[in-house]
Amino acid sequence: MTTNGPMLCVDFTSRGGSFTVTSRFEARSGITVLYGPSGSGKSVTLLTIAGLIRPEAGTVVLAGRTLADVERSVHVRTQDRGVGVVFQSSGLLPHRSPIDNVALAVRGGTRATRRNEAERWLDRVGASHLAHSPTASLSGGEMQRVALARALAGEPTVLLLDEPFSSLDRDARASMRSLVRELTQRNELTVLLVTHDLEDLTDLADDVVMFEPGRTVGQHDLRGEGRASTARLLGLD
Amino acid sequence: MAALADWFPLWLSLRVAASATVLATVFGVGLAYVLAKGRFRGRSVIEAIVTVPIVLPPTVLGYYLLVTVGADTPFGRAWESMTGSPLVFTPVAAGVAATISALPFVVRSSRAAIEGVDARFEEALRVSGHPEWRVALVATLPLARRGVLAGIALGFARALGDFGVTVMIAGNIPGRTQTLPVAVYDAVQSGDASSARTGSLVLAGIAFTVLLVITGLSSGRSR
Repeated sequence: MTTNGPMLCVDFTSRGGSFTVTSRFEARSGITVLYGPSGSGKSVTLLTIAGLIRPEAGTVVLAGRTLADVERSVHVRTQDRGVGVVFQSSGLLPHRSPIDNVALAVRGGTRATRRNEAERWLDRVGASHLAHSPTASLSGGEMQRVALARALAGEPTVLLLDEPFSSLDRDARASMRSLVRELTQRNELTVLLVTHDLEDLTDLADDVVMFEPGRTVGQHDLRGEGRASTARLLGLD
Repeated sequence: MAALADWFPLWLSLRVAASATVLATVFGVGLAYVLAKGRFRGRSVIEAIVTVPIVLPPTVLGYYLLVTVGADTPFGRAWESMTGSPLVFTPVAAGVAATISALPFVVRSSRAAIEGVDARFEEALRVSGHPEWRVALVATLPLARRGVLAGIALGFARALGDFGVTVMIAGNIPGRTQTLPVAVYDAVQSGDASSARTGSLVLAGIAFTVLLVITGLSSGRSR
């Protein structure tokens, strides 16, 4: 679904472990990068949007639907939010095959249709040849491809990526970046990508939300900006 | 008939230990999950009650059970009116004793294993829309299975070897409630060295086998 207005509106304060983060931004169709130093609250922000952490104050609105509103005691369960998440570690169940892992994320249908759908998503991320391999034997890059297929198989309204490339080698990272870019464009996805890697930002960002420790400090639309000008614009060159 | 009488304690012990292991697994793994995941008042009290059989002298535990489920207690009377016979000094009482002995081992080992499961596996399933019971069955318990199985094996060995609680609430009735550990004690008391040696050897062999299984599970976990 392409939209000119914001798909996701975030305005909350949330606590992760010992620190608190205040996040305020909007995300449209395309890739919004949450960029800032480690420990600034980017992942806590993502987990709060996913419903895995409850905010202490504020709201999360996705596609016009309020997922969290502390004042009105609204907290939609993670299971019902319609989000897909890829974490830094894949979180694939090692005792299930890759195709089973993806099929577990497909909603509704019979076992056969869920597996067909899982096959389709594995194919889209270029991992159909891994469908029946032992999950534990996959490389880091392969695991993240399967994890991406699993996140997309639930047909989420927003895809949340929490440093999904950080444990990959250079080649796997480049290949995953192109995959995320291609899937986002082809499926008109709304993607939030948490990273502290400048290359992720310059290669992928349509929008960027800047974080300083404990808060968001600004949002920039980078559509139409080149890599160099993006870095210059953000004072990162 | 003599051979049957000789082997009865082992046969009863195996039946009692098997039943106790099933019961301790069903209640123990469920309880371990609640203790590992739940955040509620009274959690530490429940944990202490479940763990107390490990630290309490078995005869003392048996005494408390006797005054709780004995024939003259409300529970004992209710049991007798339902089943037609008292609970204490029956093979069922031996099963109760073995279950209570096995339970803390199943709970403690399972709880540690469940708490050790990386939350990312569970969160990924929640995000995919799975309710908590399915997250537990598809992710948590399979990932914790080595610790759970080790607890079950340890619980089985403990149930098989229980002496103090069994003697207190099931007694020492040959051919009816006399389990193998009790039979070994009886054989020593009556100077039957051969039976004591055989019974001890069987129990030691089973205990050693169980420990080998647990060691295998633990080394598998660390790989």
